[in-house]
Amino acid sequence: MIAGRAMVENIERRIEAAAPEAEPKAHAAAVPRWLITAGSLLIALALWEWFGRDINPVFGSYPSAIAVAFWELAQSGQLAAALAQSLQPFAVGFGLAIVIGVPLGLVIGRFRLLEAAFGIYVTAGYALPLIALVPLLMLWLGLGFAVKAAVVLLMSIFPICINTWLGVRAVPKSLIDVGKSLVASNATILRRIVLPATLPYIMAGIRLAVGRAVVAMIVAEFFTAISCLGAIIINAANNFDTAKMFVPVIILMVLASLLTWLIGAIERRVAPWQAEIAGRDRE
Amino acid sequence: MGEVRLIEVSKRFALRVDGAAQTVQALDRVSFKVEDGEIVSLIGPSGCGKTTALRIAMGLESASAGRVLVDGVEVKGCGYDRGMVFQQAELLPWLTALGNVKFGLEMKGMRGAALEARAMQCLELVGLKDSRHRRPYQLSGGMQQRVGIARALAIDPKVLLMDEPFGALDAQTREGLQGELLDLHQRTRKTVLFVTHDLDEAVLVADRVVVMREGRVAEVLSVPLPRPRDDLATVRGRTEFAETRYRIWRALHALPATAQ
Repeated sequence: MIAGRAMVENIERRIEAAAPEAEPKAHAAAVPRWLITAGSLLIALALWEWFGRDINPVFGSYPSAIAVAFWELAQSGQLAAALAQSLQPFAVGFGLAIVIGVPLGLVIGRFRLLEAAFGIYVTAGYALPLIALVPLLMLWLGLGFAVKAAVVLLMSIFPICINTWLGVRAVPKSLIDVGKSLVASNATILRRIVLPATLPYIMAGIRLAVGRAVVAMIVAEFFTAISCLGAIIINAANNFDTAKMFVPVIILMVLASLLTWLIGAIERRVAPWQAEIAGRDRE
Repeated sequence: MGEVRLIEVSKRFALRVDGAAQTVQALDRVSFKVEDGEIVSLIGPSGCGKTTALRIAMGLESASAGRVLVDGVEVKGCGYDRGMVFQQAELLPWLTALGNVKFGLEMKGMRGAALEARAMQCLELVGLKDSRHRRPYQLSGGMQQRVGIARALAIDPKVLLMDEPFGALDAQTREGLQGELLDLHQRTRKTVLFVTHDLDEAVLVADRVVVMREGRVAEVLSVPLPRPRDDLATVRGRTEFAETRYRIWRALHALPATAQ
């Protein structure tokens, strides 16, 4: 079988030679994705500017008026202070949601006993009507940092945990068998096989949680508002200053998009194999 | 040393078919022996229990009755005296070829330079030293399975348990790997239990062939082909090959052995 083997090696060598360069070349001429996104944004803003100017400024606003309001808020130092006030509890709440939600999802997904015992709380918690509970949380935690972080945590932990849980259940049994056949302990299998195999699901859960966390932050601030982004929205709305009201709204949307992009970048870094095996159209 | 004995191994499992509980007898008092340094093929139609027998020998599943002995010691779960090669290689997709081989060694507790050297040595043994930084999806099916073999060999088991390792590969790659397996066996002298559903393959690689039917050992045949079998093309042309293949074919179809 010498000839046969040589042929196989030959074929594999050719695969080796062809694989790295074939892909990029085929798509080199295509328009870059960011350019398409930027063009789409530009058209949307232009349309908004064009039609927004005809609307009574109490009922609506338009980009250039919002930009002016943004400039005024930024100049007065009010915006930077509000951002700091809002982002600190956001970061703490969201960070805790990841730190608690991921391990919780891992063990619930891996061990049937824990799934039976705690799965119900996670499922029910996902549908928690949190807004109804904010006044109660304020009684417990006051009006400051803690209550905002708690609301963000409660809103974002469940999608993270549920996604992790589902991800663990989707790990093929055969990969677990690899660990078992190499005499790995349960803890090692969880850390070295289940966790990396679940990473794409975890990142998807974190992405879903970003939007919920931003909403949670603003809801909490509507109740507790003193000098944060939520307060700017409430005060501007009460004064019928619609352009000013839009400033924090836009900032939050930009923030959430940036965060989502950042998570995507992290995902590509920690789970590069996922993009390679996915059957997604590249362009 | 590396002698494997299955003694009266039975496996039953419960199954629900249309709401009714059924018991399936996957293995019924299966006994056979693999001598030290021997390659034994386990062949039979799908569903005959050959993979279950292999998984019980590995310790991935437990027997309902009976025992598996490796060098006289009863198997209780997985151990480093046995290495498993899976049907689809089952490499960890987030690790490189080298990382996958190192993974087994890390599980075994090896660290540092010794680990690095051992992993490289095993990749070299299967001819993949140059592809060590590629991830599984960047390797062809044949290369993936060679990494799977390297991973199993790296922990230096006495026995290699192979579950239809070349079943998912194209004919050409499969022939190449059969040759490489024999070559590896010649060099390492590991005991090999090789599950397959391919008649040719069963004869080409094995010293003896265990034919299974419906959870039982139907027949055990020895393969009168000399080793080393460097040139598998010539082996295929020998009359002993054709005769053995025919005898196994008859055993698989439950026909009585013909007078030679």
